[in-house]
Amino acid sequence: MTETSPQKPIPVTVLTGYLGAGKTTLLNRILSENHGRKYAVIVNEFGEIGIDNDLIVESDEEIYEMNNGCVCCTVRGDLIRVVEGLMRRPGRFDAIIVETTGLADPVPVAQTFFMDDDVRAKTELDAVVALVDAKHLPLRLKDSREAEDQIAFADVVLLNKTDLVSPEELERIEATVRVINPSARIYRTQRSEIDLTKVLDQGAFNLERALENDPHFLDQDDHEHDHTCGPDCGHDHDHHHHDHGHHDHDHGHHHHDHAPSPIHDVTVQSISLRGGEMNPDRFFPWVQKITQTEGPNILRLKGIIAFAGDAERYVVQGVHMIIEGDHQRAWKDGEKRESRLVFIGRDLDREKLERTFKACEAAA
Amino acid sequence: MAPVLFGIMLQQPAEPGDHNNLMPTVAPLDLEGHVVGVAFLKGIPFFAEATGAIHRLDIGHKTTEVHEGLLSLVFDEATDTLLTGGEDGKVMRTAADGTATLVAEAPRKWIAQVAAGPQGSVGYAYGKTTHVRVADGTTKEFAEERTVEGVAFAPKGLRVAAARYNGVSMHWVGTSGQPIDLDWKGAHTGVTFSPDGRFLVTTMQENALHGWKLDAKPGAEARHMRMTGYPAKVKSLSWSAKGKWLASSGAPAAIVWPFQGKDGPMGKAPLELGTRADIMVTSVSCHPAEDIVAIGYQDGMILAARFADSKEVLLRRPGKGAVTAMAWSKDGRQLVFGSAEGDCGIVDIAG
Repeated sequence: MTETSPQKPIPVTVLTGYLGAGKTTLLNRILSENHGRKYAVIVNEFGEIGIDNDLIVESDEEIYEMNNGCVCCTVRGDLIRVVEGLMRRPGRFDAIIVETTGLADPVPVAQTFFMDDDVRAKTELDAVVALVDAKHLPLRLKDSREAEDQIAFADVVLLNKTDLVSPEELERIEATVRVINPSARIYRTQRSEIDLTKVLDQGAFNLERALENDPHFLDQDDHEHDHTCGPDCGHDHDHHHHDHGHHDHDHGHHHHDHAPSPIHDVTVQSISLRGGEMNPDRFFPWVQKITQTEGPNILRLKGIIAFAGDAERYVVQGVHMIIEGDHQRAWKDGEKRESRLVFIGRDLDREKLERTFKACEAAA
Repeated sequence: MAPVLFGIMLQQPAEPGDHNNLMPTVAPLDLEGHVVGVAFLKGIPFFAEATGAIHRLDIGHKTTEVHEGLLSLVFDEATDTLLTGGEDGKVMRTAADGTATLVAEAPRKWIAQVAAGPQGSVGYAYGKTTHVRVADGTTKEFAEERTVEGVAFAPKGLRVAAARYNGVSMHWVGTSGQPIDLDWKGAHTGVTFSPDGRFLVTTMQENALHGWKLDAKPGAEARHMRMTGYPAKVKSLSWSAKGKWLASSGAPAAIVWPFQGKDGPMGKAPLELGTRADIMVTSVSCHPAEDIVAIGYQDGMILAARFADSKEVLLRRPGKGAVTAMAWSKDGRQLVFGSAEGDCGIVDIAG
């Protein structure tokens, strides 16, 4: 708020993924394909980016804890400085891409775009894209929490290197990713080959667009996900039943909320809540309290809320303790006025969340 | 009769559209983009753009392309030159005649910190290391555990301070002794010494300044000064003549802390000068001799305000962009300014 910014906020895409998952390959595609857009790229190391581009900026990941006593209120100090520098000459690029290191926690990167006033005034987080090495994911999940966090936090997951695993393994891997994050869009790729319109300019954090563009957001009954498949892919596109033995999709509304997950090495859980029309005087204090007390355990939350007597849908989203909400659009004729909220996190008390959410209903 | 400031009748704070004949004259200079810094070199006004072009008004408008992307700038008073750091990894020195010479180079690094030291020494930083290039051409390096976010030289002795996460490290450049660590939790994004060397003040990621009293007896408990209450981050600091006051941006007024006492601003309230309803101050610059500060705002307006009685005078009406930089001429009769949108100029106070 210290400087005027007449221009539209610059969208920022965050790329996460373990070393070797294919981030650099994807970046090279983004920088070399002829899409008519110019990107500024913030990387931890120039490494193998083989493309000569003045707008590749090297930056040490510098995590700041905010001095407010909240351990989950972390931001990336280096990004604040680099974004400030880039935005002094905004005409040079259309969007910014931040590549994180393999072990990086995606949360501070994302929170920077909500918690720093200067960054927030000029840019907006577009989406967090996680690359997952299909071959090595099981191993990664065993030895690190970061790999799981990266998936849990993502809006888009590229399940990459699918040519290195069998179709059965791939099914299992995809089911695992789906358990960690039921609301992400998952695409199967080889050599990070993907239609870039599925990765860039997603508006996943934009309250106006986020849920509109997300056909299966919270609709886990209908497990539809797109993937781009390589020539050898024998994947059955109509097959939406993940046959992995542990996980039953047909037990009513609250399927992805196993705690702990039945899938080995997965510690993240997702909890989907459904209710009727809500009383705002109950819902807002409730969601504030939940994010204050459970914030450290909440990686992402997203929801559409129907308030009694309100002609418009209210959308909310959050990262740890940060929560945002706004009216999105009018409810359509014939659209079911129900409230849906999904939490992705750890150590969340499903029963309590369900009960207290229900208690916010206008009819309760 | 109203008191007189620089020979100008002092007005009540002038608002846009409030025409009066007593305005100092403003000679405009319209550049294309964000201006990072401004200065007078041997009386010639200089304007440094983020593009890397450095403009000067020396019998006409002249330009030197100094960087491919300019990130940082300081005025080196000792040599009457500008030191700049760039996206091109270069540290450059620009003289009053516009000639630019390379001081140091670190290919592909962003040089976001430069500082001017005694005897022509130059401090600069990228990543976790502060570099000091001394007059004989040798360069010393001082590594920190975290990224160096601000660099400043002490006014006396060859001593450099590096602001970093959780505090400041102070190093004697000439010796290889242990640094003195000044610790305070949080991210420190910039650093400045008081002109008398008694105090060190940092800007922080949170909306606050932090200060340390440096002249405490050895072994005495560290004396901290917390300067808080800002609604925004503080990005501009300026010490008044003889270091009696420290002016700061980050609020809809210039916040000016008293440093004349033994313990600095401890237990004292700051002055709030040039208060406007909800227009933030983005740049401050204290007059070289008088207890007066030039206050630049987000809307491009510039006021001068006197500490003694808070009297204000309008120096420039609102413009296109936020005021990003201001500097006084040595005689205090001219003020040069730059903005985020490139609308710059020189205010002639005596005009």
